[in-house]
Amino acid sequence: MTPERTLDARGLRCPMPVVKTSQEIKNVSIGGILEVLATDPGSVADIQAWCKSTGNELVGMEKGEGVFKFWIRRMK
Amino acid sequence: MSGHEHEHEAKKASIVVFSGDMDKVMAAFIIATTAAASGIDTTMFFTFWGLQAIKKKGATGKTFFQRMLSLFLKDINGIGPSKLNMGGIGRWMFKQMMKQHNVTPLPELRKMAVDMGVKLLACQMSMEVMGIRREDLIDEVSDVVGAATFIAEANKSHITLFI
Repeated sequence: MTPERTLDARGLRCPMPVVKTSQEIKNVSIGGILEVLATDPGSVADIQAWCKSTGNELVGMEKGEGVFKFWIRRMK
Repeated sequence: MSGHEHEHEAKKASIVVFSGDMDKVMAAFIIATTAAASGIDTTMFFTFWGLQAIKKKGATGKTFFQRMLSLFLKDINGIGPSKLNMGGIGRWMFKQMMKQHNVTPLPELRKMAVDMGVKLLACQMSMEVMGIRREDLIDEVSDVVGAATFIAEANKSHITLFI
């Protein structure tokens, strides 16, 4: 699962991780993976909710050292 | 129809911004940008005190009352929080606190909303009453409309908010 692009949203607060994700996903091809790095604890629930409402797939999530990593597959 | 498909029906959001309080306007723009980021066609209607969020800086109005009122009509940088404003100290305090926590400042949030395709509409009637002309509003405002336009939009919306 190699990400096509990585979005560094570290340090950003609500609603920016989601807003930037929605902008960045457009630069990933359909079926490709976007990796998102975030430090906002709210992004754990919010990235999942965003994936649900936009129909993209959250294929993985990981908590590193104070950084959350999300892997999102662009579905359309 | 599965629950998943049902969520995809929500395609339109209409938000009335009546308040001119910094915190409430902030909430309105956060919700609007997030809705737009979620693929929802989003419209914001600014009416009464909410017009301050889309107003340029400076005095407006022709009549004595309108000129008096314009002393209290701020732009997006000048509006204060709904509580603890303390004559402007609270505005400064909240701006500092939000900066410390890396929260996007209000003027940037508004720009972000426009960039994300959020439509900004101004209320024609309250503009007239308060003596605010189209040229007193920022260029990003797409139209000046009445309540019927909001109702028509809201009627098609899955999310309607009054802030």
